[in-house]
Amino acid sequence: MRIAVILKAVPDLVEEMELTSDGTDLDREYLKFVTNEWDEQALEEALLLKDSDGAEVVAVGMADDPDIEQALYSAVAKGADRAVTIAGATGVDTRSRAAAVAAWLKDNPADLVLSGVQAPDDLDGQLPAALGAALGLPHVSVVVSVALDGAAAIVRQEFSGGRAADLNVTLPAVLGIQVARQAPRYAPVTRVRQVMQSTTIDEASVAVDEAAAGIRVRRMYPPEKTTHAEMIDGSPAEVAARIVELLRSRSLVKG
Amino acid sequence: MSGNVLVLAEQSDGQVSDATYELLGKGRELATAWGGTLEVATFGPTDVSGQLGIADAVVRVDHPALASYTADAYEQVLLQLLTERAPRLLLLSNDTVGLDLGTALAVSWDASQVAYVMALAVDGDTPVATAQILGGKILAEVEITAPRGICTVIGGSFPLAAGKGDGTPEIVTAAAPGGLDAPRISLRAIVEPDTSDVDITAADLLVSAGRGVGSKDDLEVVQELADALGAPLSASRPVIDAGWMPKTRQVGKSGLKVKPKAYLSFGISGAPEHLEGMRDAELIIACNTDANAPIFDVAHYGTTVDLFDLVPAIVEEIGG
Repeated sequence: MRIAVILKAVPDLVEEMELTSDGTDLDREYLKFVTNEWDEQALEEALLLKDSDGAEVVAVGMADDPDIEQALYSAVAKGADRAVTIAGATGVDTRSRAAAVAAWLKDNPADLVLSGVQAPDDLDGQLPAALGAALGLPHVSVVVSVALDGAAAIVRQEFSGGRAADLNVTLPAVLGIQVARQAPRYAPVTRVRQVMQSTTIDEASVAVDEAAAGIRVRRMYPPEKTTHAEMIDGSPAEVAARIVELLRSRSLVKG
Repeated sequence: MSGNVLVLAEQSDGQVSDATYELLGKGRELATAWGGTLEVATFGPTDVSGQLGIADAVVRVDHPALASYTADAYEQVLLQLLTERAPRLLLLSNDTVGLDLGTALAVSWDASQVAYVMALAVDGDTPVATAQILGGKILAEVEITAPRGICTVIGGSFPLAAGKGDGTPEIVTAAAPGGLDAPRISLRAIVEPDTSDVDITAADLLVSAGRGVGSKDDLEVVQELADALGAPLSASRPVIDAGWMPKTRQVGKSGLKVKPKAYLSFGISGAPEHLEGMRDAELIIACNTDANAPIFDVAHYGTTVDLFDLVPAIVEEIGG
């Protein structure tokens, strides 16, 4: 059983989003990048499957992603067996990334491919479905648990309103993980440092046809604030008094 | 180039979903602007065509593999319909079905997709979609220049009344593709929502905690306030995903949609998926140390006082 986990470096949403001077893209030069949080969930689910069933977990990133080596060393420190970067795809768009990962997977097949259900910057769609279609494999998104059962995976897929479906999915398959069965494990910095000394990240390169994107960004902009909260200033006690008054006026506080 | 628009109808228990009506209303507008037709695809044994009077045509496909939704079966059928009916644009909801099918069909139907769409218009022949990305911090206005487009649309973006009509669409029954006889994904069981916990959708007042609370232990602080107010504690997705609270308490797109008389949020920044689940509350009071947090765009009142200072002060104020 081999499980490939595809990781993406995405802008840290805590930061201010700066745009390029022509306003059609993010200015990535000074942005801080972190691993897509849903990809972290996918990694955890893969490691849980390794713990329970035994599997080789391969963490995969794009060579051009900022700080991707750090994310891959961290994945190995958490328990991934090896890490790979794929060169050949540029850009953050899902379609070219999916084409590159699909090309790599054709030569390095996996029984299960796990990735986050979405990413904050996947404007042209989500990787798991793109990958499933590109490889001709069954794929399921919004997955909240995975179990292995011979040549199939038993997968729980979540719908809105708390409904879910348990599915049999023939392997190989691609799964878009919403959340792992437990919170992602933590790798201590000392362990990550050790891994950086002892592990070599494999470097793969693929040739991907430059397909026409078919979409053109006219402009990006922060949402215009049509409404904004009335801000309550003052000491904690003053703010608290105002909030309680608002609730009392609606008879929502007893007494 | 056709100016037709195709919408996938989603239904549960024989009722077409609100999100579908939103897409139909917008689809009607676009198809009319292009002089094309609005077609709606509906799969499975339940005939909901009587609820789809806004459309010009209802395309029905039935097969045992379509008795309940699976990505594999729906994708095969939809791809066949897209190839046969050749619309300019396919509209899907940005829910589980849209996340399953949107980008897969973009690849297999060779179309261009815009995800997280919250506004959609036409500029001459070209669809122009506005997408909400990067946690709602950035909007991207995007032209679909390719001849085939797919938009996955965030729920609540378009008025649903515009999707209801009392016309009599042409009913087209299409054959199911052969691939459905050997499904690669099959349903084991439907899992109904857990009803053993308190129903947060029934509460008049909700106290809600977000990532800013920091840890499971610190959740106690907010729990005390909820107890003092006699309100259930709810939470945004990161708190649920971290395992600090059960799924039954999750507010937002992948959780529950709530509409209490008052919603008090602490340490919630307001990702679009969260706002989708609570923006209709009658009164929203938000506490977040980041003055630029998107939660303040939907809240009626806000404060940047640290929640660990504010919450005990509110508890004291209620007690006093």
